Amino acid sequence: MNPFNYLYVAGLLFTIGAVGVVVRRNAIVVFMCVELMLNAANLTLVTFARINGNLDGQVVAFFTMVVAACEVVVGLAIIVTIYRSRRSASIDDASLLKR
Amino acid sequence: MVTSTSLVYLIALPLFGSAILLLAGRRSDKWGHLLATALSASSFGVGLYQLSQMLARPTEERAITQKLFSWINVGTFNVDAGLLLDQLSICFVLLITGVGTLIHIYSISYMSHDENRRRFFAFLNLFIAAMLLLVLGDSYLNLYVGWEGVGLASYLLIGFWNQKPAYATASKKAFVMNRVGDMGLSFAIMIAFATLGTVSFSGVQEASHTASKAALTGIGIMLLVAATGKSAQFPLQAWLGDAMAGPTPVSALIHAATMVTAGVYLIVRSNFIFDAAPTAQLLVVIVGAITLMFGALVGTAKDDIKKALAASTMSQIGYMVLGAGLGPAGYAFAIMHLLTHGFFKAGMFLGAGSVMHGMNDQVDMRRYGALRKFMPITFATFGLGYLAIIGVPPFAGFYSKDAIIETAFNAGGVKGILLGSTALLGAAITAFYMTRVMVLTFTSKERWEDDQHPHESPLLMWLPMAILAIGSVTTGFLFTRGHALVNWLAPVVGEHAEDEKVLLQPVVVSALALLAVVIGVAIAIRKYQLSDVEKVAPQNVSFFTRIARKDLMQDSFNEAVFMKPGQTLTALLVQGDEKVVDGAVRGVGTMALGAGSALRKTQTGFARSYAALILIGAIVLIAGIWVVTQ
Repeated sequence: MNPFNYLYVAGLLFTIGAVGVVVRRNAIVVFMCVELMLNAANLTLVTFARINGNLDGQVVAFFTMVVAACEVVVGLAIIVTIYRSRRSASIDDASLLKR
Repeated sequence: MVTSTSLVYLIALPLFGSAILLLAGRRSDKWGHLLATALSASSFGVGLYQLSQMLARPTEERAITQKLFSWINVGTFNVDAGLLLDQLSICFVLLITGVGTLIHIYSISYMSHDENRRRFFAFLNLFIAAMLLLVLGDSYLNLYVGWEGVGLASYLLIGFWNQKPAYATASKKAFVMNRVGDMGLSFAIMIAFATLGTVSFSGVQEASHTASKAALTGIGIMLLVAATGKSAQFPLQAWLGDAMAGPTPVSALIHAATMVTAGVYLIVRSNFIFDAAPTAQLLVVIVGAITLMFGALVGTAKDDIKKALAASTMSQIGYMVLGAGLGPAGYAFAIMHLLTHGFFKAGMFLGAGSVMHGMNDQVDMRRYGALRKFMPITFATFGLGYLAIIGVPPFAGFYSKDAIIETAFNAGGVKGILLGSTALLGAAITAFYMTRVMVLTFTSKERWEDDQHPHESPLLMWLPMAILAIGSVTTGFLFTRGHALVNWLAPVVGEHAEDEKVLLQPVVVSALALLAVVIGVAIAIRKYQLSDVEKVAPQNVSFFTRIARKDLMQDSFNEAVFMKPGQTLTALLVQGDEKVVDGAVRGVGTMALGAGSALRKTQTGFARSYAALILIGAIVLIAGIWVVTQ
């Protein structure tokens, strides 16, 4: 199978994630879209590792996964805390730093 | 050249007195004036001793020098702080210390009611020391130190009563106008150093034989600028009238007898430069001729007795400068007129001070009149000075002024006739305005107020006047007897061969001068003695009288030509500084501020818009890379 097809899928995934981050208000959905973008990047790394025939890309993908897992933990904690204090999970409401 | 170790005492004595009086402060109030007078007198004593020593030596060994210390020593350029006493300087030394001592004595009484009398004497001593340094310096640089010193003393003494703002302004005016002249002297020194490599009198004299004419002309013109500033000559004459704000003894010593003649000394001392630079010499003559007419015309219109005398001083120094510009034929006569003028004009200024003393400090001559009865001694001494200045034989001015007029006539060609006629006309006007002063003050009808009680001045005041009056009677005769002064100065200013072809014989010149004097005196007597004089200067007078009262518009001219453009220029520069320099600095700040507030608008606080911006930025970046690498 042509490895470039994986890249197309990764590009599609990234685009969906990016558009989701920009257009959705719900923090949980935005968060999931961020995960989508991270996974698109992971897919790209693995694909390039396959194309080049070495393991460098796959190693980096593992790092990304670990970092993403940590990020999910911290991010979800923040979202839950904001929801508890403001009774809202809309990210447009959390613009206090501007004032 | 004979060296000496005692020259320095001439300067050190009055300088020491000045330092003591200034440092001891009020503690020396009781005896300060006596110390200052004694030190000035002892300096005169040293001068007399030096003269006797000089007379004992043969002619070629008469000049003596003293090296004080090595002043500037850079590469091949060496200037010693050295003194030079020759036949020319000794005349000045005796004039300065002699007249200076008399004026010290006069001031003891004149300033006795002034609580700052000690400070006044300290400044007088400082002046004597600086003036002696000026005439004793053996190089232009040493002369320059004294030149600045007398400028400082003049400034301090004109503004002695600086609690009156007008007097303080007058001293500043004198100081600033003198600076213009001083710049000329410093330029002359710079040119001399750059082209001749030396600034000592003897060095420049030697170098002047081989130097280029352009350099000598440049030095000469710059020296002339210096002389016009210090001697109140055209076009830097405007300060002298205002300088009369100082106490009268100051006017007598500094602004009549000594300091204002420093310019004449400078020109005569630099005779070797002017002899080799005819253009500069011609300018000297022109300046002298213009000033002698200028001062005489201003003198005819002044009602303030001191300002009338100041205008007369300006005019008489014009005669001296004219004489000095006539070359070897005139140097000695310029110095002779300077010395006789030192006697009679100082005497007349002291007389004016005595009149003011008796008239509650009134200076307006229209408020005087008939003072002869009340002040017989002042009248007599002032009268002798008067006869001397208008040039009645056998008084001093007759010999010295006639000699200059005669030399002017014999200068040759059209130049000689022009200069001679100017000098002759000046003599007539001098006779007119001095007779006017004399008549208005001493002989015409009483015009003073009832509360004024004119009285004769005390002994300490009239004694110096009497001595100066004797000088104004005898000096002319003594100096000309067997060409005494001409022969005496010949080693310094050069011999002058008697001209075979003369335009007018001395007798003819004397007759013409006397005729001019008689006409001037007659007009003045008819106008002021035989007709009534108004107490207040009449306003419906001719245009010429009006501009003469305003010093021939000298101040208006200076204001319009120098002060106003100068003010405009500084205003422009200030504006330029504020608008351009400060504007650039402030503009940078304003720009950063504006850019900041403009960029702040992009910080909306919405996380999604930041994300969108990052996205757009990333897309643009990738697109850019793609375009470039394609």
